[in-house]
Amino acid sequence: MLRFVLMRVGHAAVVLVLVATVVFFLDRVTGNPVQVLLPPDATTADAQQLSQALGLNQPLILQYLHFMGGLAHLNLGQSLYYRSDVLSIILQRLPATAELAAGALIFALVLAVPAGIVAAVRRGSMADTMLMSLVLLGQCAPAFYIGILLIWVFSILIPVLPSSGIGGLSHLILPAITLGSYSLAVIARILRTQLIEVFGEDYIRTARAKGLSSMRVIMLHALRNASLPVVTVVGLEIGSLLGGAILTETVFAWPGLGQLTVQAIDNRDYPLVQGIVLLFVTTFLVVNLLVDLLYGVIDPRVRLS
Amino acid sequence: MMTVTARVQALRPRGARRSAARRKLLARVIAVFLGALVVVAIFAPWIAPYPADAQNLALTFRPPVGFSHAAAGHLLGTDQLGQDILSQMIYGTRLTLLVGVTATAVAGVIGLVIGLIAGYYGGIRDQVLMRLADMQLAFPGILLAMVLVAVIGPSVLFLIIVLGTTGWVSYARVVRAEVLTLRQKEFVTAARGIGVPNLTIIRRHMIPNVMAPLATIATLQVASMIIVAASLSYLGLGVPPSDPSWGAMIQEGQLYLRTAWWVGVFPGLALVLTTLAINLAGDLLRDIADPKAYLR
Repeated sequence: MLRFVLMRVGHAAVVLVLVATVVFFLDRVTGNPVQVLLPPDATTADAQQLSQALGLNQPLILQYLHFMGGLAHLNLGQSLYYRSDVLSIILQRLPATAELAAGALIFALVLAVPAGIVAAVRRGSMADTMLMSLVLLGQCAPAFYIGILLIWVFSILIPVLPSSGIGGLSHLILPAITLGSYSLAVIARILRTQLIEVFGEDYIRTARAKGLSSMRVIMLHALRNASLPVVTVVGLEIGSLLGGAILTETVFAWPGLGQLTVQAIDNRDYPLVQGIVLLFVTTFLVVNLLVDLLYGVIDPRVRLS
Repeated sequence: MMTVTARVQALRPRGARRSAARRKLLARVIAVFLGALVVVAIFAPWIAPYPADAQNLALTFRPPVGFSHAAAGHLLGTDQLGQDILSQMIYGTRLTLLVGVTATAVAGVIGLVIGLIAGYYGGIRDQVLMRLADMQLAFPGILLAMVLVAVIGPSVLFLIIVLGTTGWVSYARVVRAEVLTLRQKEFVTAARGIGVPNLTIIRRHMIPNVMAPLATIATLQVASMIIVAASLSYLGLGVPPSDPSWGAMIQEGQLYLRTAWWVGVFPGLALVLTTLAINLAGDLLRDIADPKAYLR
């Protein structure tokens, strides 16, 4: 088990270093930030001076080593646009995105689990078809369009919820639904498939034969055994939640990391873009590492092998 | 004595026989819809009531036919420049399908090659390629595309290349897994035994056998490529603003949602219906490729 954990941590570390390298060079080939930062009437001398001040005139390899060295100390550098520490800018925006992502995940799970169970128990029924069709619609509609439709219906036609900004539960509802609907669809579908498979197992027949109530059979015997792939999917969904946050935050003017990302890319703010990407990737890797470890808790057989 | 079909039907759960007929109908509806979409894309200039760049500032923000103040000849209304929404949507079909299909093809070829190398040769090559896949998976795809597209500027060709090179992982993983199983099969061992070169084995025995799962993923991926491309043009990235695109129309629509809902709602509807049809087609393909899933 320890060997497995160490190996996974090692893999994650390799991926992180690779991503940092790719991001560094990607940012360097994508345009000169000096041109964006300076007013249009600036002279070449001004540009050179700014390059020097920002360390952009050093050889690329030195910039790279400097960057990686900084990373080792959690130093992500200075934002070119905001002229302050990247890490502190990110940390300032993080709570808003965390709130949004948590809201979305809660919304997704609270609806996906019952939907998956009902669809699996009554498979082939009207309820199954209806639920799965709805779920498929959630999977096919792009987040930004769902967001706009929700604003149209719940902020304009029936003005009950705010259409933008942050603050309190009422502001969270629409963005959370927008961001969560894709995860909801994915989770409900996989849970349904897994449950249907598990229902065919001998131990479920045994549990039924013992005279346990359907509720007990589903909750205690089926759900736990069906949950392994579901947990994997939830882990992988973190990635699409982070990606989706970029769009959702743009639609709802939600002052989180997604909005910051769009601005940073617009401003050619290399260090800030690097910092955000690294944060997204690290979050994804850590969550999936935890998911791997969770396997052992859910299914003791994984621990032994 | 039951026929094989009858036996398979008997195996199916309650309600499945009815659903087989429904499936057939669904398959037909999807085929007609997607076929119509392709026709619309190809013949857009002949089908669209107005040219792609036709503006009429005397007729801005007219609602769809059936609402008061609707302008005759503008079935789905007009936008802030008096452009016909329906015509813009019809032209937008071109970009949507072009980007979706070609980006998927690029991703499919890259994924096929990487999956074949990783699965067939194994060892260090497999390790390196799979770490690369992990990396790609950890990167929120849209973020990578945003950075790349923002740098190069709006270009359809570049958008296709970016989406293609960021979407190969799922193909590579599936191809690799299939190849790992295929390698153990007797016909492959036999081919190796009589000294058939590796490349020939890959060409004759591996590639034809991975095509079915590849086709299923490709279908589903066309839908996600379309969504990513639309998301990028919603963010104002990727496609030159002069090209009509559904994503950009939706973005504009959001600005005028309060007064002119039709500007954004209709293109979005087209987007949802398209991805829905493609997804359903992918599901049906998978059912055909994997009859076990069909019996569920």
